[in-house]
Amino acid sequence: MRNPQLDKQGKLQHLLTTEGLPREILTTILDNAAPFAEVAEREVKKLPLLRGKSVFNLFFENSTRTRTTFEIAAKRLSADVINLNINTSSSAKGETLLDTVDNLVAMHADMFVVRHASSGAPYLIAGHLAATGREHIHVVNAGDGRHAHPTQGLLDMYTIRHYKRDFTQLTVAIVGDILHSRVARSQIHALTTLGVPEVRVIAPKTLLPTGVERLGVRVCHDIQEGLRGVDVVMMLRIQNERMSGALLPSPQEFFKSFGLTPERLAKAKPDAIVMHPGPMNRGVEIDSAVADGSHSVILPQVTFGIAVRMAVMSMLAGG
Amino acid sequence: MNIHIHNGRLIDPAQGIDRLADVFIAEGRIAGIERPPAGFEASGTVDASGCIVCPGLVDLSARLREPGYEYRATLESEMAAAAAGGVTSLACPPDTDPPLDEPGLVEMLKHRARLPEFAHVYPVGALTLKLEGECLTEMAQLAEAGCVAFGQANTAIVDTQVLLSAMHYAATFGFPVWLQAQDPFLAKYGVAHDGEVATRLGLTGIPAVAETIALTTILQLARETGARVHLTRISSTAGLEMIAAARRSGIAATCDVAIHHLHLCEHDIGYFDPQARLDPPLRSQSDRDALRRGLADGTINAVCSDHTPVDDDAKQMPFNEAEPGATGLELLLPLTLKWADEMQLPLIRALARVTSDPARILGVEAGSLAEGAPADICIFDPQASFQVSRESLKSQGKNTPFIGLELQGRVRYTLIDGHLAYSTAFA
Repeated sequence: MRNPQLDKQGKLQHLLTTEGLPREILTTILDNAAPFAEVAEREVKKLPLLRGKSVFNLFFENSTRTRTTFEIAAKRLSADVINLNINTSSSAKGETLLDTVDNLVAMHADMFVVRHASSGAPYLIAGHLAATGREHIHVVNAGDGRHAHPTQGLLDMYTIRHYKRDFTQLTVAIVGDILHSRVARSQIHALTTLGVPEVRVIAPKTLLPTGVERLGVRVCHDIQEGLRGVDVVMMLRIQNERMSGALLPSPQEFFKSFGLTPERLAKAKPDAIVMHPGPMNRGVEIDSAVADGSHSVILPQVTFGIAVRMAVMSMLAGG
Repeated sequence: MNIHIHNGRLIDPAQGIDRLADVFIAEGRIAGIERPPAGFEASGTVDASGCIVCPGLVDLSARLREPGYEYRATLESEMAAAAAGGVTSLACPPDTDPPLDEPGLVEMLKHRARLPEFAHVYPVGALTLKLEGECLTEMAQLAEAGCVAFGQANTAIVDTQVLLSAMHYAATFGFPVWLQAQDPFLAKYGVAHDGEVATRLGLTGIPAVAETIALTTILQLARETGARVHLTRISSTAGLEMIAAARRSGIAATCDVAIHHLHLCEHDIGYFDPQARLDPPLRSQSDRDALRRGLADGTINAVCSDHTPVDDDAKQMPFNEAEPGATGLELLLPLTLKWADEMQLPLIRALARVTSDPARILGVEAGSLAEGAPADICIFDPQASFQVSRESLKSQGKNTPFIGLELQGRVRYTLIDGHLAYSTAFA
């Protein structure tokens, strides 16, 4: 079975997941993002790479941050951006996902940026475009269910490379709700592909998927031990609805056992960086002293996110 | 009408026959094997040269979608599929809309299915009203209307008090109880086997313990009540081992497996292919191998098509939203032959699992070509191959994970009560 995100020549056709992407493609995306990060510092922040192209932000699930950064990225590339929040319009009227897509294709879309609550929804769209002879339309996964959030994974890699340079010398810890996290899956695949020798996941057993070790990670249930000597700490967000129930007793207890405090961070290397995909729950997964402290690179992540998304979009649709 | 089937290789597992032998049919029944009865005059002949003549297949689960889901399939379309697949008797689960929970619905279905070219339809009645797991159905009256067993299709009875009582009540009359072993809580929101693939794809898993926990309950209640339990669609190695152990301890439970589960595993989900969305879920490769061995050694008594026509709109959805199920009536025979070939099993043993063995579970007169038995016959060419395609399927359900696969074994003729229900000449 051919990886559906690569075309017959092995070129990036869609960005659906970081899993199975060759290291060269990952590295090229990161390389291409660097000059875009510089554009953001200029007075005129626009480039003409996607001039005349229409990018549809197709959000079937609420998101402000991701949608906004995609919108900014597309606009900086001079694309026309159309935002659709579909959970409040078509699907409420009973239109199927593929009907929605067909209608937008008829409006001459060049790229779909898709967020959906169901794992695999962007694959369905990509497959449908291929089956109906519209391979020229690109799909970017902006988060599907628990499956993947590849641009987040890539911007995290960009951030790590910015501060740490060499992936092959690093120990990275991912802390929190791995089970429900598309971000964690995209990070794990990108980190292992880029040659990080040790990736640890730190979580209670209720928040780890079955057989997670087979993704190439080491499982820790003790945050003190898990953070020992790490270069990078990647925190995950705990969704509000999962903080008290059958998976976790309370946010307080989670913070007590797994929250990132300055004392725990002291186990990591002295120059370790702390990341978070946002939005943060201060006092649940991360102490404010860490979130705002000298190790935190959480705000630079957001800035880099725009550059990485510009790189992805321009690689897919730019000439 | 008197029919003479000549030059075929007769395989009848029920009688242990596998040799070249002619078959003679009179008045819808087998009148003779090898030699015609005295005074027999054929009014028609069937040339079975190069073909295997066996009892018509008995399928323990085929959804006909009537009543209620006629947009997915009708009796006409699915009976044509059954005949084309060599299936002459089938049990249909009660999950229609409304469910088969009152005698009138069953009578109507039996009445609609009465045409001579239609396979014999044996409804499995609902064990509880609306399959809700709360109130018992009128089983005695449903049995009179034609139900051969009682079950819950793919839904569970959550309340064990009700399950105990349903099994007691069925046991009062000696009615078989057919149950799928799946704990509803552990299966909640689950769409795939809780393993490597679900973890990678971010799909909600159904662990194998969902099967074994439900099995524990059902098997213990079977011992307690003495109900005749048949376990439908076993999916895991651990489940299979439990059934084998229960039998050794004296519980006479039977079980079946769906044909998909003999050939596919979780990896066939690939990149979220909704065709591989099945209930129960496709499990690991080692589970699949255990099911293949279990069917060969008889731990699993029968293989069924679990035929479930699903319309395209319900399949072309993200994996977790897609409707589970696949079409199967026309693939049961070739996929059974493929399993037999890969396991190097003699045909007579493989065919037993789709003829005499399921007939015994159903408790009906089928699955044998003994003299006097109904002339329900499948004649197939074991060498002829075909590619599974939407166009080749007569079922209104065109969705199956086997689309594109080259399969061996084509049905040439299907006879039901001595009536020619299908011939490749029709196709």
